[in-house]
Amino acid sequence: MRINPRLIDKLVSRTLSMQAYFTVGILVIIVFIIFVKGISNCGLSFMLTYPEDMGRHGGIFPAIIGTLFLVALSILFATPLGIGTAIYLTEYTKESRFTSIIRFGVESLAGIPSIIYGLFGFIFFVIKLGMGWSLLAGAFTMTIMILPTIIRTSEEAIKAVPKNLRIVSHSLGATKWETTVKVVLPSAAPGILTGIMLSIGRAVGETAAVIFTMGSSLRLPTSLMDSGRTMAVHFYILAREGISMEKAYATALVLVVSILAINILAYYTMNKVTSKYS
Amino acid sequence: MESKIRAENLSLWFGDAPVLKGIDLEIYKNMITGLMGPAGSGKSTLISLINRMIDFEDKVKIQGSLSIDGEDILGKSVDVVGLRRRVGTVFAVPLPLPRSIFENIAYGPRLKGITKKTDLQDIVEASLKKAVLWEEVYDRQQTSALKLSGGQQQRLCLARTLALQPEIILLDEPCSGLDPISTAKIEEALNELKKDFTIILVSNNTKQIARATDFSAFFYMGELVEFGATDKIFTNPSIKRTEDYIQGKFG
Repeated sequence: MRINPRLIDKLVSRTLSMQAYFTVGILVIIVFIIFVKGISNCGLSFMLTYPEDMGRHGGIFPAIIGTLFLVALSILFATPLGIGTAIYLTEYTKESRFTSIIRFGVESLAGIPSIIYGLFGFIFFVIKLGMGWSLLAGAFTMTIMILPTIIRTSEEAIKAVPKNLRIVSHSLGATKWETTVKVVLPSAAPGILTGIMLSIGRAVGETAAVIFTMGSSLRLPTSLMDSGRTMAVHFYILAREGISMEKAYATALVLVVSILAINILAYYTMNKVTSKYS
Repeated sequence: MESKIRAENLSLWFGDAPVLKGIDLEIYKNMITGLMGPAGSGKSTLISLINRMIDFEDKVKIQGSLSIDGEDILGKSVDVVGLRRRVGTVFAVPLPLPRSIFENIAYGPRLKGITKKTDLQDIVEASLKKAVLWEEVYDRQQTSALKLSGGQQQRLCLARTLALQPEIILLDEPCSGLDPISTAKIEEALNELKKDFTIILVSNNTKQIARATDFSAFFYMGELVEFGATDKIFTNPSIKRTEDYIQGKFG
């Protein structure tokens, strides 16, 4: 007996949409739980005051500052390095053994568990280079960790720019560099930004590698050589050591909302910028 | 008539495949020279040598010489960026850059170091007028070039090339995707432009070559079969194959 083809189509469509809803549903549930559990302890004063008694009372101001600095520094280091590598791989060299070795290295870097980065950062930056547990050691470690993401996404975005645009630019008397800066990068910018956003998410959410390299001091970091704590680390310690689940959820709420805010802001800015190029 | 471009015994291979076979050709200044021939005849390859866009291809071997105003342009030491400013190109498909009409045309002049707003405005206006596009877009120069129709985009590309103030303009089948009205507008522009420029028009459309050019060259399988005044080629070709081609017996 042959099953009605329209029935099959309907079934498949239903199943696929169920899967999509399921995925989004999980996200909604997570955000909802964090919101419900965290909202009562979360407020402006929570964000702007110092923690007391290991974080049992008070706010998370130093952790917010710590997170901000760690993320800003690692993005600052990793973005030019990553985009530069991607430009080199796509525009300035032909496919060869050498590029495939670099690409293999990048892939491998991406696959390493973050705790290994943490150990490496600890041994190399903290001990060997004598940086101690510090924002700088943390930022360098995080830079290495997010580099593969930025390189890969930038590379894909640059490759997706039509070859014809490059040809036109050259035909109008542009050098390779002028073509890259004026034509290729603006067209690739949304894709590159996606990579940066993913990287920010990774840096914001990282705990293992951060604890090993930046430490977990609750004091407000005032220099690059100070130890500090990110919100994710703070959350981890509050929950892991049973200090205060309420404060942990409040921290998580700030974390989630700030990631969301960064995303929205970044894409809004990007739309403003790229509308000039379309 | 003054010679502008001269090819002497010019041959080119992609890998082992010969694409141009010992071409001897003279392009005259302030004339429109048409290059015609079936696909794979080598006419577009010849164009890409003149603006050195051939540099983007792999495994190319070149023999013979090609010169502009008596200066070799194939050598390694040639300033390719400078050459491309002297030799403007309009491609077969309209390829506007993803930015505004104004910025498309100002792209080349800006690269040359012209930054003053009023200078750029003058160049953009003059170029759009020469390309017979000004009337249609003067009030919306800041809108995206991608919003123009195909025919307008191609005239924009012509204007963008003119803004470079080149000596030579190469048009590689510029009307292949255009309607008859847009084609007529391009041809109208070319006829005015030859006062100031040397123009090479590659086309598969023999009627267009007959209408729009002063000299014609017929290419077949990498060889230059016949070259001469367009009137002569189209009324009394000396070689049978040329006659067959312009009569549409093959192509």
